[in-house]
Amino acid sequence: MLSRTAENLFWLARYVERAEYLARTIEATLRATALPSAYVGKTNEWESALLTAGAAESFYRTHEIADERSVVAHLSFSKENPSSIRNCIDNARINSRAIRTALTGEMWDTINSSWIELRGIWDAERWSREQLAKFLRLVQELSLRFDGSAYRTMLRNDAYWFSRLGLHLERADNTARILDVKYHVLLPDKEHVGGPLDYYQWTAILRSVSALTAYHWVYRDTLKPWLIADLLILNEKLPRSLASCYGNLVRNLDQIGVAYGQQGPSQRHARGIRNRLERSRMDSVFQAGLHEFIQEFLSDNAKLGDIIATQYLN
Amino acid sequence: MSIAFDEMNGAGNTIRPAYEELARWLGEIPSDGLEFRRQEAELLFRRIGITFAVYGDTAAQERLIPFDVVPRIIAASEWTVLESGLRQRVQAINMFLRDIYHDRDILRAGLIPKELIYQNPVFRPEMNGLNIPHDVYVHVAGIDVVRTGPECFFVLEDNARTPSGVSYMLENREIMMRLFPDLFARHRVAPVERYPEELLTTLSSVAPRTASIEPTVALLTPGIHNSAFYEHSFLADKLGVELVEGRDLIVRNEEVFMRTTEGLKRIDVLYRRIDDDYLDPLSFRPDSALGVPGLMAAYTAGNITLANAVGTGIADDKAIYSYMPDIMRFYLGEEPILKNVPTWRCREPDELAYVLDHLKDLVVKEVHGSGGYGMLIGPASTCAQIEAFRDRLKQAPETFIAQPTLALSTCPTSTASGLAPRHVDLRPFVLTGREDVTVVPGGLTRVALQEGSLVVNSSQGGGTKDTWILHDGV
Repeated sequence: MLSRTAENLFWLARYVERAEYLARTIEATLRATALPSAYVGKTNEWESALLTAGAAESFYRTHEIADERSVVAHLSFSKENPSSIRNCIDNARINSRAIRTALTGEMWDTINSSWIELRGIWDAERWSREQLAKFLRLVQELSLRFDGSAYRTMLRNDAYWFSRLGLHLERADNTARILDVKYHVLLPDKEHVGGPLDYYQWTAILRSVSALTAYHWVYRDTLKPWLIADLLILNEKLPRSLASCYGNLVRNLDQIGVAYGQQGPSQRHARGIRNRLERSRMDSVFQAGLHEFIQEFLSDNAKLGDIIATQYLN
Repeated sequence: MSIAFDEMNGAGNTIRPAYEELARWLGEIPSDGLEFRRQEAELLFRRIGITFAVYGDTAAQERLIPFDVVPRIIAASEWTVLESGLRQRVQAINMFLRDIYHDRDILRAGLIPKELIYQNPVFRPEMNGLNIPHDVYVHVAGIDVVRTGPECFFVLEDNARTPSGVSYMLENREIMMRLFPDLFARHRVAPVERYPEELLTTLSSVAPRTASIEPTVALLTPGIHNSAFYEHSFLADKLGVELVEGRDLIVRNEEVFMRTTEGLKRIDVLYRRIDDDYLDPLSFRPDSALGVPGLMAAYTAGNITLANAVGTGIADDKAIYSYMPDIMRFYLGEEPILKNVPTWRCREPDELAYVLDHLKDLVVKEVHGSGGYGMLIGPASTCAQIEAFRDRLKQAPETFIAQPTLALSTCPTSTASGLAPRHVDLRPFVLTGREDVTVVPGGLTRVALQEGSLVVNSSQGGGTKDTWILHDGV
C-alpha cells in the first residue's frame, strides 16, 4: 500500500485513541473535583489532568491558572492546543478523507457523522456542563464505533495492521503517561493502609483507563496500589495495560513482516520491549524505581513510533 | 427570449410519454413527500461526504451541491440519437488531436487558422510527434448538451481535459434508488453502475507497451483541498486503484513509481485529475507542488500512459469549438449528428461588430474560461454590466466568443413553492479505449435552481438531478 496511506491510517487510529483518552481523563477529573477536598486532597486535579494529557506546556503559554473552565476548554475545544479533542477529531477526519479508499464505509461514516455532530458543540460560543458531558460521551462512542467497525469490517491486511499499530502505540503512551504523573500515589507504603484520599486518587486512575470494574474481577480484592500498578503495567488481560499493548504491537508487526516477507528494526525493537514486560515482576519494578521504569518505557515507546515511520511510512 | 421547451409538458399541457408515469406518481404522493425526501437525501449526501469546495469561499469550505429529487427523463429513442452523436464527436476530437500533434492536415487544408493552434496557451509543443498508445488522447470526455425542443439537442461545450461530475451521476442514482424504490419499480431505467468497470477497462486497454500483462493503474489527485476531491476518492475506490498525490510518486530511469510500504511500485496508467500546467514542474509550471518532477520524461519515453493525454485542451478550447462541425466533416466525412450552438468568433472583425451591437441578447464567454466564471449573459445583465463587459471585449476580442441565449429546456423541479420548471443541461461521459467508445446510458443533469436562471454550474448555485434513460414498456 502507499506509504502515505499507511501513515494516515496509523495516525488516524492514534488521533481517535487520544481523543477517547482525553475524554476519559476529563470525566475522571470532573468526578474527582466534585468531591469535598477532604477526599481528594489539595492537589490541583486540573493541573494533573493537563500533565497526563501532555498539554501543560501549550496550556501555560496562554493561561496562568489551571481550573475547570480553562483546562476543559484547552483539552476539549481549543483550536490552539494541537492535541485537543477537537483537533484530534478534526485531524482524524482530514486523514479519513484523504484515504477514503482505505477505509470501509462504516469507518468513514463513524468519523464523518460524529464529526458533524461534535462540530456543532465545539463551534458553540458557550458550553454548559451538560453539553460537555454529552460531548465527552460522544467522543467515547466515536472511538468505540470506529474501533468496532474497523474490527468488524476491515480486511485483515496491512491497512488493518497499520491502523492497529497506531491504536496500540497511542494507548500504551496514554497509560504510561497517567502512570508517570500519578506514580507517587501508587508507591507501596507499609505504614499507610490507604485513607480515603488515596482511594479516590486510585479510582480516578482506573477510571481514566476504564479499568475500575476490571480491577475487581481480576484481583477480587480492595484497591491496592501495587495491584493497580500490576494491572496497568504487567497484566496482559487488561486491554489498556502496557503488556497487552505490546503483545498486540508485536503481533501486528509480525503480521506485516510475514505479509511483506521481511522483518526489520521495528519488529526487533517491539519484541525487546515486550520481552522486558514479560520478564518483569511488580516488586522488582518497585525496587528499581517505578518512576524510572515508566520514564524508560515512555522513551522506548516513542522510539518505536520513529522506527515504524522510518521503516514503513516515509 | 422565447418560452422554453419543458421536457415533461412539452410546449403545451400534454404530458410527454416518457414522463407519464412520473406525472401520475407526483399526483399520488402527499404534498410534503418531496420535501421530506429532499431532506433525507441531503442528510445522506452529508454523511457520505459528497461535498465540493468552492474556491475563494472560506466560510463554506465543504458545500453540498443541491440535489433535486425529481428525475430528468430521456426516452430510449432520444438517447440513441444522443449516443451516436457523442461517439461521433469524441472520435473526431481524438483524430483531430492526433493530427494537430503530427501531420496537421487540417491546418494545411486551411480549415482552421494556424495561429489559433500555435498561439494557444493550451497547445503543447511537447506533444509534437509523440506517439501515444492507440492514438487515444481523450479517454474520458464530458460533453455538455443542451436542448431547446423535442428533437433539438446542441453541444454547448466539449470537456476534453479532466471533466468531473461522474460521481454525481453514480451517487445520485444510488440515493434515488434508496429514496424512491416505488418509482423505480414503475419504470425501466437503464443502469449507470457499470461506469467504473468500463473506465477501468478503458484505462487498462491503453497501457504502454512496457507495462506488465496486468498494468497498474492509479488516480492522481491534487489532494483533499481540490473541489473535486470527493470524486477522485470515490472513483479510486470504485476502480480499486490507489489514489495518489504528486508526493507519492517518484520518477527513476524514466519510469514512474509510487512509494509503498513495501518499497517502490511501478505505475503504468495514470488517470490524472490534475491540469497539464501542474503535472511536472520540470516541464510546465516550475512552482507546482502538486506534480511529479520527471513525469513528462517518463511519458515521452513511453513508459506511462496519461489519461487524458497532455495537450487535449486544444480540442475543448471555446475558439476551436466553433470549428467542430468542420472537424467532424474533415476527419469522418460525416455530417454532425449533434449540432453546435451558433457561435460568433470575436477575433474576426465582422463578427465582433455584430456581437458589440447585440450584447444584450448574447452570451459572451471567455475562450479559456470554465465553470461559468467571467461570462456575460446579456439578457440577465444590467446596462452597467454590459458596458463594463464591452470594454473588456474591445480590449482583447480574440479571447471571447459569443452565442445566442438559448431557451434551454426546463424540467419540473421541486422548489419552496412546489414543483416548477427550471432550466437544465446534460453532461454525458464518453470513454475511449483501445477498441471501443463507450457511453454509459445517463449523465449528469445540472439544473439552475433560480427561477429563470440559465447558469447551471455548481460553483454558481446550480444543482443536480438523477438522469434516467428510459426503456419502453414497464
